[in-house]
Amino acid sequence: MGELTLGQYYPVDSVLHRLDPRVKFVGTIVYIVGLFQVRGVFGYLFAAAVLLLLIFLSKVPFRFILKSLKPVFFLLIITMLFNVLLTPGTVLWKWWILRITKEGLRQAVTMGLRLVFLVCGSSIMTLTTTPNALTDAMERLFSFLKIIRVPVHEIAMMMSIALRFIPILTEELDKIKKAQMARGADFESGGVIRRLKAMIPLLVPLFVSAFRRANDLAMAMEARCYHGGSGRTQMKPLRYRRRDAAAYILMAVFLGICIVFRITGL
Amino acid sequence: MQIELKDLSYTYGLHTVYEVPALKGINLKIRAGEFIGLAGHTGSGKSTLIQHMNGLIRPTSGQVFYEGKDIWEEGYDLRELRTHVGLVFQYPENQLFETTVLKDVMFGPGNQGLSEEECRKRADYALKLVGIPEDLYETSPFDLSGGQKRRAAIAGVLAMNVEVLILDEPTAGLDPAGREEILTLIRHLRDQQGITIILVSHSMEDVAAYAQRMIVFHEGEIAFDGTPKMVFSHFRELEKIGLAAPEITYIMHELKERGLDVDVSAITVPEAKRSILMALAQKNS
Ligand SMILES: Nc1ncnc2c1ncn2[C@@H]1O[C@H](COP(=O)(O)OP(=O)(O)OP(=O)(O)O)[C@@H](O)[C@H]1O
Ligand SMILES: [Mg+2]
Repeated sequence: MGELTLGQYYPVDSVLHRLDPRVKFVGTIVYIVGLFQVRGVFGYLFAAAVLLLLIFLSKVPFRFILKSLKPVFFLLIITMLFNVLLTPGTVLWKWWILRITKEGLRQAVTMGLRLVFLVCGSSIMTLTTTPNALTDAMERLFSFLKIIRVPVHEIAMMMSIALRFIPILTEELDKIKKAQMARGADFESGGVIRRLKAMIPLLVPLFVSAFRRANDLAMAMEARCYHGGSGRTQMKPLRYRRRDAAAYILMAVFLGICIVFRITGL
Repeated sequence: MQIELKDLSYTYGLHTVYEVPALKGINLKIRAGEFIGLAGHTGSGKSTLIQHMNGLIRPTSGQVFYEGKDIWEEGYDLRELRTHVGLVFQYPENQLFETTVLKDVMFGPGNQGLSEEECRKRADYALKLVGIPEDLYETSPFDLSGGQKRRAAIAGVLAMNVEVLILDEPTAGLDPAGREEILTLIRHLRDQQGITIILVSHSMEDVAAYAQRMIVFHEGEIAFDGTPKMVFSHFRELEKIGLAAPEITYIMHELKERGLDVDVSAITVPEAKRSILMALAQKNS
């Protein structure tokens, strides 16, 4: 249950789900880089087509992709508004101190599209990859940093433990909240001070429980002789397959096409 | 009728990939002063059900009535309801947060808007009921023993002067003496204070010895509802849904099969002892 409810991961079996998480991580970065190359209408159409193809391949229902846009919705609106109103250029419409320029409109649409594509593109990664697979991928991809003594394994371990704890603590918080509501606690009404004070009966038990769990986990890891990264092997080591190679080739092609769009300005 | 559930259904994670139908069309009536044992395999929906009774969970479909009023009707005061229907969660000691035991127990009455003095009186009364001595009032709740923490947490709910007390596995993780204490306390609350009790328990022995009515859950539905004796007479069906009757039921049936004329409906040790002695006396005479 724990891992499944974590993050956004959507559990179906698709080509994208089966890809190595490293490929998906690199692929997301390649897509974003490509996105910032294109300028013209055809370039954006191409980026949109690729995105739609990926969504189709992922077998994730479209509304889940749209859902990922919800948190950035305000940012999107504000970015577009500022771009429309504050870019100087040929004035199309004017009222009081507000004016809309041709350049402003173009800028707003460009920024809006980039933001939407960027968020959708990266949510395809998080929807098709479990957070644990993702931390694994990052550990491997950044392992070269070990040469300059960055504790890559330890950082990755901390990340995956933190990820593991998020759903546990959310569940715990939900339980504590209900228990305090059963004792008549009220979290909804009152001013700021009262609401902050109402948090105490939630936060104290939550911290107590978090510390207890952390303590237990540390003890359990030590009891199983965990002593950091050196010489540690994995139960399911990441291994590239044919389809991963194919994916890397397609990424190179994608990037190439984007650069062509940039040069031609289409 | 004190509590009534009508066609109640609840699904966790509705409209997501993780939909779990936890309750399916429950109809249930609970009268004031009843002592109900709620049993069922893990994941059968017991905890989900009891959270409907004080309005912590809103049913996906169906209705919940308290003293004849629909609690999800516009304008119904749910906070007021929670002062009548007390719910003690599993491992209630995890909700303690105040600096002293007394203050923690005063939290509930404080939320009811009572004066400091009245809260203190209520807390003192509740702590006495659960048997926490006065010299522990000013210690930190985190310094109490496991069993004491549990009792302090129960006091925290009792201090609200509830009419219905629902307890989710109140004896989980306690030693036999601690269990006995808690169960005796619960029975006392019902007999002396007339509080309606709903006790969720995995232990058939506990339910058999204390409850008058037993409700068995299976996959979100009510499988049995009746006196413990009646429910345990279906011990073969109970086994099919992952539960067992008290050990005594099996012994009595075995004895009967081997030819000793005992009362197979005996479900507690004293009852069984009486019945066996009687059967033996009859046989020998
Ligand atoms: N917060 C939740 N989110 C999603 N599903 C849940 C949640 N809580 C419970 N469930 C599911 O609902 C079903 C009923 O759970 P519930 O906790 O009511 O069972 P229970 O009878 O209390 O079990 P136990 O004896 O283990 O306490 C289970 O299948 C469980 O997995
Ligand atoms: Mg439960």
